[in-house]
Amino acid sequence: MKNKYSVFSLIKNALSYHENWQRAWKDPAPKKEYDAVIVGGGGHGLATAYYLAKKHNMNNIAVVEKGWIGGGNTGRNTTIIRSNYLWDASAGLYDHALKIWESLSQELNYNVMFSQRGVMNLAHNLQDVRDLKRRTHANRLNGIDAVYLSTEEVKKFCPIINTSPDIRYPVLGGTLQRRAGTARHDAVAWGYARAADAMGVDIIQNCEVKGIKRNGDSVEGIETTKGFIKTKKVGVVAAGHSSVIANMAGLRLPLESKPLQALVSEPVKPIIDTVVMSNAVHAYVSQSDKGELVIGAGTDDYVSYTQKGSHQIVEGTLNAILELYPIFSRMRMLRQWGGIVDICPDASPILSKTSIKGLYFNCGWGTGGFKATPGSGDLFAHTIANDEPHKLNAAFNLNRFVSGDLVDEHGAAAVAH
Amino acid sequence: MFLINCPYCGERDQQEFKAGGEAHIERPKQPTELSDDEWAEFLFMRKNIKGVQFERWNHAHGCRKWFNMVRDTSNDEIKAIYKMGEKPPAQ
Repeated sequence: MKNKYSVFSLIKNALSYHENWQRAWKDPAPKKEYDAVIVGGGGHGLATAYYLAKKHNMNNIAVVEKGWIGGGNTGRNTTIIRSNYLWDASAGLYDHALKIWESLSQELNYNVMFSQRGVMNLAHNLQDVRDLKRRTHANRLNGIDAVYLSTEEVKKFCPIINTSPDIRYPVLGGTLQRRAGTARHDAVAWGYARAADAMGVDIIQNCEVKGIKRNGDSVEGIETTKGFIKTKKVGVVAAGHSSVIANMAGLRLPLESKPLQALVSEPVKPIIDTVVMSNAVHAYVSQSDKGELVIGAGTDDYVSYTQKGSHQIVEGTLNAILELYPIFSRMRMLRQWGGIVDICPDASPILSKTSIKGLYFNCGWGTGGFKATPGSGDLFAHTIANDEPHKLNAAFNLNRFVSGDLVDEHGAAAVAH
Repeated sequence: MFLINCPYCGERDQQEFKAGGEAHIERPKQPTELSDDEWAEFLFMRKNIKGVQFERWNHAHGCRKWFNMVRDTSNDEIKAIYKMGEKPPAQ
């Protein structure tokens, strides 16, 4: 990398009042032709481009993004990272990502502020208890760290939780994954963009895809707002807008796009040093390094691309949060926003080839894609470069909706959906 | 959040309703003769349109009746509402 970030570069630039830092990535006009084009400059798309260049020597590639990089769901999620999924296929996929997270800052020479502060999932009824215990055992069989906590142990780990037995959603126990945690979402997009750019990847912002040109059953290129780009391989990583791109190519996907909301409070002193998730009541809370409480809510049940959700969804989440954390009752919320999440019927992602040669989709991450960013990019790059899935994402193909071999994580893993 | 004009009860808060997904997906007439591909198409594949979409809704906390809606999913604007069995309005 040309301008390596280090304590020396920091001192050097401090001496010139930080006025001489170089651009982290270029702003090129699109070339006429690329070996591959990634549609979507979020974390997953940029990671895909990075691994295509790094591991598969594909340097003549581009990422096209209709807005600015990291401005979609990458910049809108609650940054939770964990791998405690129930099924073997999911455990393999998400733990692959978690292992990359553990050394990502060093690899990218960019501080993604990965913080393994632990993620706790609470059980609020007897079925939750049974499900979470089962998931803990399944995780340990798959080599993923997981422990089941009693109500007292939950209280000890996070003292501000109200564990009184007479509340609306009593805490009957919980699970803890200590390797799990959070990362800085923008830094992930920027870090991958900078590293990909350094290897020759063109990152083209404000370039919206308007059409996919096919010659029979093969891809020939994409029509964009910056002109036609010829390419034989197109990897679509467009999250909530995946169906829009699929419709351009005459494909249908098993997705529904719905608004998912999050909100942050005013910043306060450190009060919660872990991530607590209550899946039964859709209340997820952690604290950012700035001191804001970062709160995740549930999705609306109707299809919408409006990037705003219903008020009652936020109200329901905050009701549950106030019951569980009475200490937050006087907190004021600063910002609230929505992102459009693409949800599969089995709540598992699609990283797959399609019936059209050279067209690949990475979508369906639903409400929980951020955690998988590095692993998703790595495996999708493998799929595009070799025209074959890696063994870790083989189960996440489009054909599973025909064969019936679904990866049914919906509720089964007490995951956040 | 928006208001929905239930064809049976009149204008109510969207909170009273349950979205039922894409409308006019016809149930297979001969289920035993369907291939796996056709089942996948019927069960899972959706248009998921950004723009004007035909949907089913249920007044779950009201009359509990189903009806159809034409809605622009890019801005949540409701274009038309019509009862089950009625022909969709021309767009």
